Amino acid sequence: MTDGSDGEGAPGNDGSQFDRLPATAAEREVEGRATRAEVLDWWEERFGIEPETFAGHTFWEKGKGKIWVFADDLPSPQEREGVGMTVLRTRQEHWKPTTTAVRKWGHLATRNVIELSPGQATAFAAGHDQDLTEWDGDWGYLIAAHELAGGQVPIGVGLYLYDELRSVVPKGYQEELPEL
Amino acid sequence: MNDDGGVLDRYAPLVDDEAAFRAACDRPLPSVVRVNTLAIDADRVARAFDEEGTDYERVDWHDGLFRMADRSPGTTWPYAHGWVHGQEEVSCLPAIALDPDPGTRVWDTCAAPGSKTTHLAALMDDTGILVGNDTSLGRLSALRHNAERLGVTNLVVDQQDARNYSLNGFGFDEFDATLVDAPCSCEGTIRKNPDAFDTWTLDHVHEVAGIQKGILRRAVQATRTGGTVVYSTCTFAPEENEAVLDHVLREEDCRVVEWDCPLESVSGVTEWKGEEYDRQVTRATRIYPHHNDTGGFFLAKLRVGGEGEGVGA
Repeated sequence: MTDGSDGEGAPGNDGSQFDRLPATAAEREVEGRATRAEVLDWWEERFGIEPETFAGHTFWEKGKGKIWVFADDLPSPQEREGVGMTVLRTRQEHWKPTTTAVRKWGHLATRNVIELSPGQATAFAAGHDQDLTEWDGDWGYLIAAHELAGGQVPIGVGLYLYDELRSVVPKGYQEELPEL
Repeated sequence: MNDDGGVLDRYAPLVDDEAAFRAACDRPLPSVVRVNTLAIDADRVARAFDEEGTDYERVDWHDGLFRMADRSPGTTWPYAHGWVHGQEEVSCLPAIALDPDPGTRVWDTCAAPGSKTTHLAALMDDTGILVGNDTSLGRLSALRHNAERLGVTNLVVDQQDARNYSLNGFGFDEFDATLVDAPCSCEGTIRKNPDAFDTWTLDHVHEVAGIQKGILRRAVQATRTGGTVVYSTCTFAPEENEAVLDHVLREEDCRVVEWDCPLESVSGVTEWKGEEYDRQVTRATRIYPHHNDTGGFFLAKLRVGGEGEGVGA
């Protein structure tokens, strides 16, 4: 790849360390690196999750566009095996939230949340794609949710394209679950 | 019946009811889950289990523990949502004993696969800095997976030898609290791992005790004065328990302090195989399988710095 869309070969992008995201584009030193402001804007624009949600957190990039979120601050860079939790995949045309981030903050979303019926929720959690013509919202990455124990609960990330909801729940998180 | 190869004979003089002890070691362990309070409260978990028809029994001594009728909680909605984590009852004691405050700096020296680490994160309300260290990359991947699954964001995962752990790069040089849930001969896990005694040798016990002493000493050194260190193992061997404490009490500035164990337990032993240990080890906690129908466990809470609050006579 030479177009840089996946960040490969980007200057200063090191797969063995975590670098804190620059606050804004003016402070960006590594080409293609997302900024904190862009990350906060993205969550707000895509899902209506307010920037204040991440007020105490820092964001970090490791490798090619994988963004991590950490509850506190540390000197940058960090040569560690993990700094917080993966939250977002950038350096591609459509940024993609992680399953774990959606499960942690998805309940705060006010748009692009698709409420699944019991049967749909079970199929989604097992990793199955399904035809779903009734959705008239945005295409792209959605938060799939269902009703459980008195409230709406995010299950994971779905990709909605051409009347189809694709489950992008990672294999390690896929389960055959009871239909409620 | 588990073949203990005679290992349990060693501990007959230490237990109050040898027959009950041996019988408990032969029974399989109930499957237990801990509620991930970063995601949900225990009553909502109970409601979700009820809705999907999953049978459970709530543990009387801890609101956030459920004993599962089915041994595989993985195929339940609460598990899929990261609301619960499979974790034995006694394995919840170290985080409860350490009792870390939100916003503090905590080091988990031997963190993988992360049941106790994620419990610490929950007690810290996912704030501050929790460093989960382990030597093995394979085990660290399990730690990372478990932390992500439960939505922990205050964890730094590190791979170092805990015996000479370096805080370089953190921007601070000591922790407020440290957990040493040490690698051990795992005798107390016989109910969960029936082959736990297959590789048991006294040489291994002595070898692992040397590692335990090194890790616990470094833990005390890396924790601030007035801070807390919790030492725990899942084994009965005094060589790996009281003897390790005795060594660290002589070599480092710390004291064993009382803590309020919520399970039935007995005190640490001061004599074993001709050795005598510092009297402070009686403040340590021994948990035998027949007392609470759990695995076996050992735990001691230490205060760094010899003087001050929490130090009894």
